[in-house]
Amino acid sequence: MSANLPDYEQFCRDFSWDRARRELAWMGNGQLNIAFEALDKHMHTDAAERTAIRFLARDSETPVDISYRALNQRANRFANVLQDLGVKPGERVYGLSHRIPDLYAAVLGTLKHGCVFTPLFPAFGPEPVRQRVEIGEPAVLVTSKRLYQKKVADWVVDKPSVRHVLLIDELDEAPEGTLDAAALMDAASGDYATRAMDPEAPALMHFTSGTTGKPKGVLHVHAAVVTHHMTGRYVLDMHPGEIYWCTADPGWVTGTSYGIIAPLTNGVTMVVDEAEFDAERWYRIIQNQKVALWYTAPTAIRMLIKLGPELPRAHDLSSLRFMASVGEPLNPEAVIWGQKVLGRPFHDNWWQSETGGIMISNYAALEVRPGSMGKPIPGVEAAVARRTEDGIELIDEPNETGELVLKKGWPSMFRGYLHQEEKYRSCFVGDWYLTGDLARRDADGYFWFIGRNDDVIKSSGHLIGPFEVESVLLEHPAVAEVGVIGVPDEVAGESVKAFVSLKPGYHPDEALRKELMALARKRLGPAVAPRDIAFRDELPRTRSGKIMRRLLRARELGLPEGDTSTLEGTGE
Amino acid sequence: MNRDELRKVVLEELSGIAPDIDLTSFDDSANLQDEYDLDSMDALNLAAAVHKRLGVNIPDQDYARMHCVAELIDYLEQRL
Repeated sequence: MSANLPDYEQFCRDFSWDRARRELAWMGNGQLNIAFEALDKHMHTDAAERTAIRFLARDSETPVDISYRALNQRANRFANVLQDLGVKPGERVYGLSHRIPDLYAAVLGTLKHGCVFTPLFPAFGPEPVRQRVEIGEPAVLVTSKRLYQKKVADWVVDKPSVRHVLLIDELDEAPEGTLDAAALMDAASGDYATRAMDPEAPALMHFTSGTTGKPKGVLHVHAAVVTHHMTGRYVLDMHPGEIYWCTADPGWVTGTSYGIIAPLTNGVTMVVDEAEFDAERWYRIIQNQKVALWYTAPTAIRMLIKLGPELPRAHDLSSLRFMASVGEPLNPEAVIWGQKVLGRPFHDNWWQSETGGIMISNYAALEVRPGSMGKPIPGVEAAVARRTEDGIELIDEPNETGELVLKKGWPSMFRGYLHQEEKYRSCFVGDWYLTGDLARRDADGYFWFIGRNDDVIKSSGHLIGPFEVESVLLEHPAVAEVGVIGVPDEVAGESVKAFVSLKPGYHPDEALRKELMALARKRLGPAVAPRDIAFRDELPRTRSGKIMRRLLRARELGLPEGDTSTLEGTGE
Repeated sequence: MNRDELRKVVLEELSGIAPDIDLTSFDDSANLQDEYDLDSMDALNLAAAVHKRLGVNIPDQDYARMHCVAELIDYLEQRL
């Protein structure tokens, strides 16, 4: 099979976003809808009867196939449910669910109805969910009975914006205050006229974490589908009808852009596995479902490597044609392991919630440089810059470290942070978007990730804001101060560690350490809570009273402490 | 070490990693990921902690097959 992008340099020269726009179906009058590109456009083609979702339930590996036509109809039913409930286009719908087919129908039905969809990660504890509901004030929360009871029921009555809680799993009876959405969908019509939207109309909002303050709602518009479709086709090399498996959860941006939208607009069959990571099951899925395209994450790859080469060798993985990875930089050993054990290299790529889609990548048709995130996608200009007093200065010399910046104007660029216009504006200098990631570019134009420009922690591919974790620990009566940092972890990239100083009268001991861990895990969930807590008599602070996380980290890792001139107790 | 003692050790190590779990009503046959919200990082850490405590090395491919505490105890019982 020949690559959709056979010659990178040539393709970049010929490429324009107008050309990419012409690859979409559109709905007339310059209007479009992500869900129309994902589903409706296929209805009058051979693709309608093709399998869109090959679903593997947690306790069974017998696949349930759902065709494009059936998924379209189910999404229509969900759109009709929203309509019947009086939910208006433009209102927000949040999803908090494990990977079941009706979650996908709900996402697409939400878009069909012109509402804005926000995914939430089902491994979040109640606190991150509550906080994100407070910030975004959704009209509808789509979830399951179990997640509702564990993470939502206690506080949702105090959130008047949430007019409907829709439970999409099979129910005997919906708890008070919720609706049985699966039953409502069964009863609703399977016909719905997908709304034609202005390309700049909001479609998706993803939450991301910053260094300080609350999580930010990253806004994306329907035109983002131009990037989703183009990168699915030319970067992940999707060919219609191929079997594709994105292991990212749809509770994050990767699982939405590349676990729902791009595969459907490109007409591939997506494997959806309800179960969590299980190495043996994963290899079986690749073998039995004949997965050709596999998009996964460094943490998962490193776990597979730890389990040794026997498992993959016991399976027939010859169906794999193209493998890609995203979430954090993929170490060179992992790329080489792919080549040696699976017979294919992993193609690392880089992007973030704000970019909406892949921005820098390795390609099927280009030499893979292990450890590098690759080269910018056609249509995107990337550079390395240093911040100056009055803006930024691009760095032309190769191999100099600076902040990774992207020239504005690609279709899936975020259009705002919800309610934080100033913060949004501060991400741009002139024509450039400042990513907050540090990188260098080698003489051949490959980019290499160096680290974050701030204190945000990247664990298992997810951004974790230290402030979110600190706030929860500070609620404990024994805690005086907290500093949360990321420490290197051979599997997760970084893991969350908290340093705590106690109020007078409290003693640091194992029982208290466990109590704090329990509090954090209950409130934040295991993906966000610290894996380790250490007690300190006092934490390094600036003279203005801010905890110096950078210094905590340097001390923890035995790094040079750098500039400590603003440290409390030093200097003047 | 008998099975009860083994269970005590495993639960102690589990509570070091996930102290949010209520051990007084713990169900040994419940799936650790689904029922007790352990993620794959927690699971790796538990295997390492048990190894350190009991000296039983659990090869990763074996560990990947264990989904509840009862299965872990079965495994350890045969190797102690």
